[in-house]
Amino acid sequence: MIWVNVIVSGVLLGGFYALFACGLSLMFGVMKIINLAHGDMAVVAGYTAVFLVPKFHLPEVWSFLIVVPVFALLGYVVQRTLFQKSIERDPFTTLLVTFGLSVVIENLLLEIYTANAQSINIGSLIAKSWQVNQTIYVSYLSLTVLIVSVVVLGALQLFLSRTSTGRQIRAVSDDREAAMLCGTNYRHIFGIASSLAFATVALAGIAYGMYSQLDPTAGGVNLLFAFETVVIGGIGSLWGTLVGGMLLGIAQQFGAHFNAQYQLLAGNILFLIVLAIRPQGLFGKKVAMS
Amino acid sequence: MSDSARSSGPDLLAVSSLTIHHGQLCAVDDVSFTLGVGEVLAIIGANGAGKSTLLRTIAGLHTQTSGTITFEGEEISTLRTFRRVRRGISLVPEGRRLFPSLTLEENIQVGAQQPAPGPFDMDAVYALFTWMPERRRQKVGQLSGGEQQAVAIARALVANPKVLMIDEVSLGLAPIVIERIYEFLPTIVAEGIGVLLVEQDVSQALAVATRVHCLLEGRTSLVGAPNEVTPADIESAYFGTATSPSPPSPEVAT
Repeated sequence: MIWVNVIVSGVLLGGFYALFACGLSLMFGVMKIINLAHGDMAVVAGYTAVFLVPKFHLPEVWSFLIVVPVFALLGYVVQRTLFQKSIERDPFTTLLVTFGLSVVIENLLLEIYTANAQSINIGSLIAKSWQVNQTIYVSYLSLTVLIVSVVVLGALQLFLSRTSTGRQIRAVSDDREAAMLCGTNYRHIFGIASSLAFATVALAGIAYGMYSQLDPTAGGVNLLFAFETVVIGGIGSLWGTLVGGMLLGIAQQFGAHFNAQYQLLAGNILFLIVLAIRPQGLFGKKVAMS
Repeated sequence: MSDSARSSGPDLLAVSSLTIHHGQLCAVDDVSFTLGVGEVLAIIGANGAGKSTLLRTIAGLHTQTSGTITFEGEEISTLRTFRRVRRGISLVPEGRRLFPSLTLEENIQVGAQQPAPGPFDMDAVYALFTWMPERRRQKVGQLSGGEQQAVAIARALVANPKVLMIDEVSLGLAPIVIERIYEFLPTIVAEGIGVLLVEQDVSQALAVATRVHCLLEGRTSLVGAPNEVTPADIESAYFGTATSPSPPSPEVAT
């Protein structure tokens, strides 16, 4: 029964990882940007929920109603200005720019809000859980995050596969130049993809702030988990990201079961195994066209 | 070098003194031509003569060093690629460049995103390529080379171009397949568009073109209607033998 508990908590954690990672996967898949500031964006979203949203007299639980749209807009603007400029130089520049952004964000947060950990106050919801049987408890919050994550990934998948804009995003990520020759304004499409990535990472940041404690440097370790999730699941597959997140979560819980210090180790070992055996990820495709 | 007098319709596209560099290399050197409604202008020349570069520059993928590109009387050199497409200049790129993760139908839909008014829509291209509807849900990687080329042409057609540029349509295809693709050209041209064709297969180019324009190391080496030029003219214009109009310049990239 203890193993069932490990798997359940791993799956729940995996939902969060997938929510966190899908934006990273989207930005890399479409723009070939490796956003090293991805984790920091999440932290900024969490801080926005803690410090700015209460000014609108909105309970912190509902902060995503404001933060997510604001981040979606921010994603479009940052892409069309900063990221677009760096893409036009060369891929290495985007790496430097996002790394620089990460440093700037961390230091700004330290400067303005100090190194104290912050948490998004969701009242009594944090302690409530559903008792499956004598040993297994499922926290409402974790379950909610998992459900939100599945819904978001599903919605994203539907958007990409069914809408005209989604089709253009896939086309641009396949072959940017060919998409331009089809009349696609790729800069605008990049902006939309970035907007989706920022919106999802904002949601993940808020979820993180509810679960756990945010501090200015929390972005880095979460970025690592997001990378591992994407690599395990395979780039370009949203459901792969979900499975990747869950496998990472289960591996971590498995490690933690033996010793709390083994949590990260077990996750990293799984990541390395997948990287060695199946570098394209479990659901990644090796696209080969004749 | 302009020969608009021979156009069978009003000029759609006029290229004047176009010079294009790839870094230090001069890929296209002072090339001029016009293209009118109902015309098929074939650009021929050896590998590296600058044919593809010329088409890609007209499409907006490269920037010219000097010279002008005029479409329906308006200078379009500063417009981005997608704006040129929406105005009515489409390029079927070399190597087809389909979207491998999209289905046949989705590939064509991407081309039909913001179409200009005109005769071609999904139904029209499906009527033209009758094998397509029943395979529309297949990923394009499952199609043969000739079928992929047809999809690439259909994808460009649904934007309702007034100038359709086709780069190396026959590359890597069997002769019978090439023939079948070229069968559609008269139908397309009859809808009132001009076609700019880059073709390495000279006999094929001569068979379908209303005019040929030969490039040699980036420069115009021959212009004329297919029935006016002799094989010997073409040979010397193509390879630069005997009556080379210019001293050989360094090899240039396509």
